[in-house]
Amino acid sequence: MAKGYIHSIESMGMVDGPGVRCVVFMQGCAMRCQYCHNPDTWKLQVGEEVEAKDLFAKILRFRPYFESSGGGVTFSGGEPLLQKEFLTEMLQLCKAEGIHTAIDTAGGGMGDFGEILDLADLLLLDIKHTNEEKYRELTGISIGRYEFFVSQLKEHPVDVWLRAVIIPGINDNDGYIQDLWEAAKQIPNVKKIELLPYHTMGVKKYEAMGMPYPLEGVPAMDRKKVAQWQEKLNKALIETNF
Amino acid sequence: MNFEAWNGFRSGRWMESVDVKDFIQKNYTPYEGNEDFLAPPTEKTKKLYAKFKELLLQEMKQGVLDVETYRVSGIDNFEPGYLDKENEEIVGLQTDAPFKRMINPYGGMRMVEQSLSAYGYEMDEARKIHFKEFRKTHNDGVFDAYTPAMRRARSVGLMTGLPDAYGRGRIIGDYRRIALYGIDFLVQQKEADFEKYASLPASEDVIRMREELRMQIRALGQMKNMALRYGVDISQPATNAKEAIQFTYFGYLAAIKENNGAAMSFGRNSTFFDIYITRDMKNGILDEAGAQELIDHLVLKLRMVRHLRTPEYNELFSGDPTWVTESIGGMGEDGRTQVTKSSFRFLHTLTNLDPAPEPNMTVLWSVQLPDAFKKYCAKMSIATDSLQYESDDEMRPLYGDDYAIACCVSSMELGKRMQFFGARVNLAKTLLMSLNDGYDEKKGIKVLENTEPMPDGVLDYDKVKAAFDRCIEEVAALYVSTMNTIHYMHDKYAYEAGQMALHDTEVKRFMAFGIAGLSVVADSLSAIKYAKVTPIRNEEGITVDFEVEGDFPKYGNDDDRVDKLAVEVVQKFSSELKKHATYRDAEHTLSVLTITSNVVYGKKTGTTPDGRKVGEPLAPGANPMHGRDASGALASLNSVAKIPYAGCCQDGISNTFSITPDALGKERETRVSNLVALLDGYFKQKAFHLNVNVLSRETLVDAMEHPEKYPTLTIRISGYAVHFNRLTKEQQLEVISRTMHESI
Repeated sequence: MAKGYIHSIESMGMVDGPGVRCVVFMQGCAMRCQYCHNPDTWKLQVGEEVEAKDLFAKILRFRPYFESSGGGVTFSGGEPLLQKEFLTEMLQLCKAEGIHTAIDTAGGGMGDFGEILDLADLLLLDIKHTNEEKYRELTGISIGRYEFFVSQLKEHPVDVWLRAVIIPGINDNDGYIQDLWEAAKQIPNVKKIELLPYHTMGVKKYEAMGMPYPLEGVPAMDRKKVAQWQEKLNKALIETNF
Repeated sequence: MNFEAWNGFRSGRWMESVDVKDFIQKNYTPYEGNEDFLAPPTEKTKKLYAKFKELLLQEMKQGVLDVETYRVSGIDNFEPGYLDKENEEIVGLQTDAPFKRMINPYGGMRMVEQSLSAYGYEMDEARKIHFKEFRKTHNDGVFDAYTPAMRRARSVGLMTGLPDAYGRGRIIGDYRRIALYGIDFLVQQKEADFEKYASLPASEDVIRMREELRMQIRALGQMKNMALRYGVDISQPATNAKEAIQFTYFGYLAAIKENNGAAMSFGRNSTFFDIYITRDMKNGILDEAGAQELIDHLVLKLRMVRHLRTPEYNELFSGDPTWVTESIGGMGEDGRTQVTKSSFRFLHTLTNLDPAPEPNMTVLWSVQLPDAFKKYCAKMSIATDSLQYESDDEMRPLYGDDYAIACCVSSMELGKRMQFFGARVNLAKTLLMSLNDGYDEKKGIKVLENTEPMPDGVLDYDKVKAAFDRCIEEVAALYVSTMNTIHYMHDKYAYEAGQMALHDTEVKRFMAFGIAGLSVVADSLSAIKYAKVTPIRNEEGITVDFEVEGDFPKYGNDDDRVDKLAVEVVQKFSSELKKHATYRDAEHTLSVLTITSNVVYGKKTGTTPDGRKVGEPLAPGANPMHGRDASGALASLNSVAKIPYAGCCQDGISNTFSITPDALGKERETRVSNLVALLDGYFKQKAFHLNVNVLSRETLVDAMEHPEKYPTLTIRISGYAVHFNRLTKEQQLEVISRTMHESI
């Protein structure tokens, strides 16, 4: 029985995958994204240590809501791929009970994730940046991990919702939206593209943790603008698929 | 028996004796479609609504628009009054002018005097002297019979909000009976009942029944006269939809002219009206615009219900609520839905006439409701924050398919059952008394006797639990005795003859007890059980604070360790209440409901072992304490869903849920389907009630600073809705501080 470290559970998430979802925030991430709003999930091997079966028992309690909404569980983080064994076991448990699973990841793990991709029903794939240099600047690590992870999707097809955070002054331009589209076309089974407007709600957490905020002074992203781009991308997606 | 007015209806038992349920079942048309058929307001409605708004805004500025200081409450004591005679399709006001309040001295004179003086009025001197000299009130009677122990428990706020100084309310007459049968037939039926009692030996019960029947018959006559003043004859059955709605409303109007109960609810009328509307449409005498106009005008009348209250009362129950609850939807026992087009028409008034707290729109939710109706409800919740939901799947097996909600969450079969409203006991205070040898922690007086001092040092869970149980036993006994006293006197001095005339003579009765502070008690017991709690005592040995070492599970996280403690407490209290005989053999029920009084109860309650400080609000109803439900909304809902309804908290378990639009989903349609799923998921696990608010904290903060920008901002607080602007600053802040589920 695998043990895992979790940061917290949000029993009602309705923005991370379809329907009403229980979101498990897993502890630990190797990336240091400048706009990360969960810096408290970075550290490895801290937080609450749980056994897969205990966590699963908690999740099962929300089944009536999953059933009535077409929802399920979303494993988020942190970077869920960093706890491969635990994540695999959780996905197996869910699969056996017919509970829909989604993994919210930036592809920030190392190694072969074939089994996980075969088990999961949906991938919420966060693309941090399309440009190698900018990627490193924004996340503190190389784009290599992400690319290797994405390459595994060809062998192990799973539905993907591609997600990208749009930040003023960093990627809020038509050129980048075009780059995103090019990147999306390279990923098999993209069903939806979600653009998330950058917000400043994470600032307080940095203050509370006594950490400097890397994007100090960057305003929240205009939501209308982002919604327009998103609509355009999804339209293109539908046209391409048919 | 047959009336021409019944032409076109399918026959049944309902034609032989009073049986509205049978009439509905034989004649209604279920509707499974969507809202596309609905009509916008007519020109008449727009004019009427403009007039209404003007007066409402004026009232909001002044507090009270006008008060009648000479004539007192009564079914037929006022000249007719109109809002806008030319444009109103449905007529009838409580007094002779819109928003003009009346005085009701039968419940208690003190309340009348205080209310009047608070708004700068005075009762006509001669009237006052005469009333005081010649007429004893309910309040006088109760205080004659109260014992010192009852007075003490009342004065420290252990038993609180008791209906001993004003009307008890929470009785719903079956107002539809007037429309279906006409007054004359109802009088005949009551005369026949009187005959039956005439042949029985004159025991106290029989004498009382005979007196009450005579009062009921007289009240029916007064209703007829009152309607005639408006030029409407209600002696015979209604012949069309307009009359059906008008006659039913006159029945309700009689109730609110006669009584000033805290909650004066309307019943379950939309599907009944729908039968008449459908018949008129078939006959080509009514179209959709006309049907909506009738409902709109009725709803405007229901929004004008007013009672004269003291400022203290308003502090307790904020926002001048009247609980004109209308129960909508639900399923029939035969499996057909009771949703009709008129269920939509009722909710549509929130679009045609803006969001508003009254009537208290209560959707009887079943997992089997038609999808289109579920979606429409969710859409209206998101747009207006004016709906509450209660589990039809829990209530139907107990009450069948013709029950309605009184007040926030109290169900009863219409015309067959009434309740003796019992306010509530502050359980958080009860727990503190078990730690303080029966002394009140704020006033320092001895209230409970069956206690002993708690040993010094870290609290021992088993000892505390035993002491608390003994206190619960003593409080329950005292509470039942107090309620018996109150309702004996209420029947004697302020009998609701008009409302009871619209019930079966052999009515079943509930005695509805209540508790406040459940989550504080559960968390406090959990702290004592799972952490180390040491009381800090003052010189008199009374707890003023608690030192808590270590963490403990908190109610609201779907954690059985603590949720079980909450369940144990309500089961214990309920079973203790049932050990004591009630007045008129009423059946004991229990509610976990605080309305907004959780703020005031909190003020009167000392620091508790869960970390809540002296004076801080309790959580409303069965809600977890703010900020302690750290695992998100579903975990919080699941905890509340564990509180048992049938047979235990059968007077209702209230839960208020607030979520920001963004957290509900990204697109409009997703938000609607997610809210539907949430309600289905919640009620599938035997949960009972949910108030739904979809709004952001920023909106509320802005509304606090710029009330003029939000004249119709309505929010649900605890079993009812309120204009946000009518809350006190303190209550507004409390509402803002409540857990609001957000997405990040």
